[in-house]
Amino acid sequence: MAKNDLLGGSLWDNYSNKVADRMDHPTYLGLITEAEAEALNARLVIADWGAESCGDAVRLYWAVDKVSDRIVKASFKSFGCGTAIASSDMMVELCIGKTVDEVLEITNLDVEKSLRDDPDTPAVPPQKMHCSVMAYDVIKQAAAIYKGVEKGILDDDEMVCECARVTLKTIQEVIRINDLTTVEEITDYTKAGAFCKSCIRPGGHEQKKYYLVDILKETRAQMDREVEQKKELPFSSRSSFQKMRMIENHFDAEIRPLLHKDGGDVVILDIKDQGESTLVSISYKGACMGCGSALTGTLSFIEQGLKDHVDESIRVSVE
Amino acid sequence: MERIYLDSNATTVVDPLVKQAMEPFFCQMYGNPNSLHRFGTETHPYMSIALDRMYTAIGADDEDDIIINGCATEGNNTVLKGVFMDSLVKGEPCHIITSQIEHPSVLKTCQYLEEAHGVEVTYLPVDKAGLVTLETLKAHLIPGKTTLVSIMWANNETGLINPIKELAEYTKEQGVLFHTDAVQALGKIPVSLKEVPADYLTFSAHKFHGPIGAGGLYIRNSVSITPLLHGGEQMGHKRAGTVNVPFMVGMGLAMELATEHLDFLNKEVGRLRDKLEDAILNLPDTMVIGDRKNRTHNTILASFRGIEGEAFLWDLNKNGIAASTGSACSSEDLEADATFQAMDLDNNLSHTGVRFSLSRFTTEEEIDKSIDVINKTVQRLRAISSTYMGEQ
Repeated sequence: MAKNDLLGGSLWDNYSNKVADRMDHPTYLGLITEAEAEALNARLVIADWGAESCGDAVRLYWAVDKVSDRIVKASFKSFGCGTAIASSDMMVELCIGKTVDEVLEITNLDVEKSLRDDPDTPAVPPQKMHCSVMAYDVIKQAAAIYKGVEKGILDDDEMVCECARVTLKTIQEVIRINDLTTVEEITDYTKAGAFCKSCIRPGGHEQKKYYLVDILKETRAQMDREVEQKKELPFSSRSSFQKMRMIENHFDAEIRPLLHKDGGDVVILDIKDQGESTLVSISYKGACMGCGSALTGTLSFIEQGLKDHVDESIRVSVE
Repeated sequence: MERIYLDSNATTVVDPLVKQAMEPFFCQMYGNPNSLHRFGTETHPYMSIALDRMYTAIGADDEDDIIINGCATEGNNTVLKGVFMDSLVKGEPCHIITSQIEHPSVLKTCQYLEEAHGVEVTYLPVDKAGLVTLETLKAHLIPGKTTLVSIMWANNETGLINPIKELAEYTKEQGVLFHTDAVQALGKIPVSLKEVPADYLTFSAHKFHGPIGAGGLYIRNSVSITPLLHGGEQMGHKRAGTVNVPFMVGMGLAMELATEHLDFLNKEVGRLRDKLEDAILNLPDTMVIGDRKNRTHNTILASFRGIEGEAFLWDLNKNGIAASTGSACSSEDLEADATFQAMDLDNNLSHTGVRFSLSRFTTEEEIDKSIDVINKTVQRLRAISSTYMGEQ
C-alpha cells in the first residue's frame, strides 16, 4: 500500500482513447452470413466464448478462405462492458488477413498493446485485463472449430496468470532457477500477478485454480525437501535401485521434456558403478539420433545436469 | 441542462440551506466545543438544536443516545464489534443474525468477526419479493443464544423495505438486541423509534442532502455498547474524538428537512420515479425488481436484457446522466452484488442491472431527457449485443 493506492481511481479514466473510441464506434461490429462467406469462397466459422467470472460474452465470425486458410473477413457481437467491446473489436482487426495458424499466435497482451495510445501506458486498468483475455479465448475457440478439434488441445497448459499469460511450469522454474522467495519477485521476473492481481492469493475479484502464494510455498517446500534428501544420504551410499530412481527422475523432469520439444528422446540403457564413478549409458531416439550436437552440447548438458542435481560422480556415455 | 444525477442512493447533493447553516462554523464559530473559553462554548446552543432536530426526526426519547460519528459504516462497525466485545467481557459466546442483502459495512464486518474471532453469524436469506421475513427470522433466532439481530430497514440496490417493525418487535420479545441500518430509509419513509423498538439504528447525512462524513448511531436507553474509538470524554464516553460541529449542525438540519419533505418525496418524487419506471418497462425485455408498494419512492433497479450494466452506464455518462450498477464488471470485485445473489431472480441480472435513484431535487425535465437517452442507449447496445436476439 502506498499513497497512489490509497484512493481508488475512476475506472474509466484509465481507459485509453482507443478503448473509448472503439467502445463508442466499434469498427467490426456485426455478423457474417453463410451467403456472404460463400461469395468470398470462404468457410464461415462462428465461435462463442464467455467469461464466467464477469458474465461477459462474445461471438466471433470468421470467413476463412477455403484455399489459403486465411481469414478474409471477420466481425463480432458482444455482451460486455466497454473494455470487452473494445478488446473484441481490436481482436477482430488483428485476425483479418492472417491464416488460422497465424492468429493462434495472437494473445490478449497483443490485443491490449494494440489498444494503447502510447506504448508505455496500459490501455485498460489492471482489473479489466480479463476482458482482453476473453478476446484471446474466443480466437482459440474459433480456431478449434475450424480445425475440428477440442479447444483444450490448443490451450496452454495450466495457465496461472491469464492477463500476462504465465503458466504454472514457468513460475515453478523461475522460483527454482532464481531462488525466489516472495510473490513480488515472481511478478518482477514473469509479470504474473501484475495486472488484475486475482492470481496472487484467494479473495481477489476472480477465483483461480492456482495462486502465486501457494505455488511459491509448495515449490519452496519441494526445494527444501530436495535439499534435505540430498543431505540425508550420500549418493555413493545409496542402493543401485535408489541411484537408478534418482537418475530416472532427473531425466523425466529436466532432460526428456526439453528433448521432446525438438522431437528427440533418450533412453537409459544401464547404470553401473565404476570405482568412485557412476556410469550412465544412454541411447538417443527420434530427432536426437544423428543430431550434430548429440555427442557434444546435448551430452554435456545431460552429464552436467546429473552432476549438478544428482551427484558429482556421474559420467554419461552414449551407446 | 448539463448533467442529470440519478444516483441518490449513493450520495446526494447537499441542500443549499444545509450548506448555509454549516458555513459559520468553519471561519467564525470554530472553537473546540470542549474548550472552556467562549470560542468553545458559543457553539453549544447550535449543537443542542442539531441534536434536538435529530431526536425529533427519528422519534428518539430524550433518555436515549444519538452518537455523532463519521458515517454509517462507523455506526454499523460500532454496533457489531461493540456487541461482540461486550460478549467477550461477559465471557459469553456471541451469535449474530443478519441478512444476505446487507450493506458491505455489515456483511464484511460480520465476516471479519467470524473469521478472526470465531463469532457465529447466521445470514438470513430473502424471499422471492426480496424481503427478510418474520418467519425466516423465527426459524433462526435462538432465545438465550442469539446476541444480536441486525437487519437493514431499506435495501440500497432495490429500495425494498423490510418489515422492520415486526422483525424488531419479535426480536425484543425474545430478549435479543436489535439493530437496523436505516441509511436508505431515513428521509424516504417515516422512521420512528417510538414505533420500532430497535436498540441501535444507524444513519448517514449524505444520503439525505447533508454533508458527506457525518453519521449517527442511535442507542436506546439502558442498552450498552463498547466504543469503537476510545479516548476523550466526547459523546458520553461512547465515541471519542473532537466533535465535528459544522457537520453535526448540517446533519441536524438535513434530517429535519428530510422529514419535512417526506410527503413531497412520496408523492412528487414517486410520480417522477413511476414515470421513468413506466418508460423503462415499455421497452421490450426489461424488468424492474420489486413491487413498487414495497419500495422507497426514489429507487428503480432495472434490468435490460442483453446489455451489460457498465456498458449502459458508459452511454448514460456520455450523455451527462449518472446512475449506478450492481454489475460486477464495473467494480474491483467480479463477484456479483450480494443483493442480486441473495434474490436469485435471474442469473443475468447481476450483469444487466442498472439502478436509478432520484431525490427531491430531480426535475421532470431531467426525467424526460433520461427517458430519451435510455431509449437510445438500449437501441445502440442491443445492436452490439451477442446475447440479445430481439424481443422475447
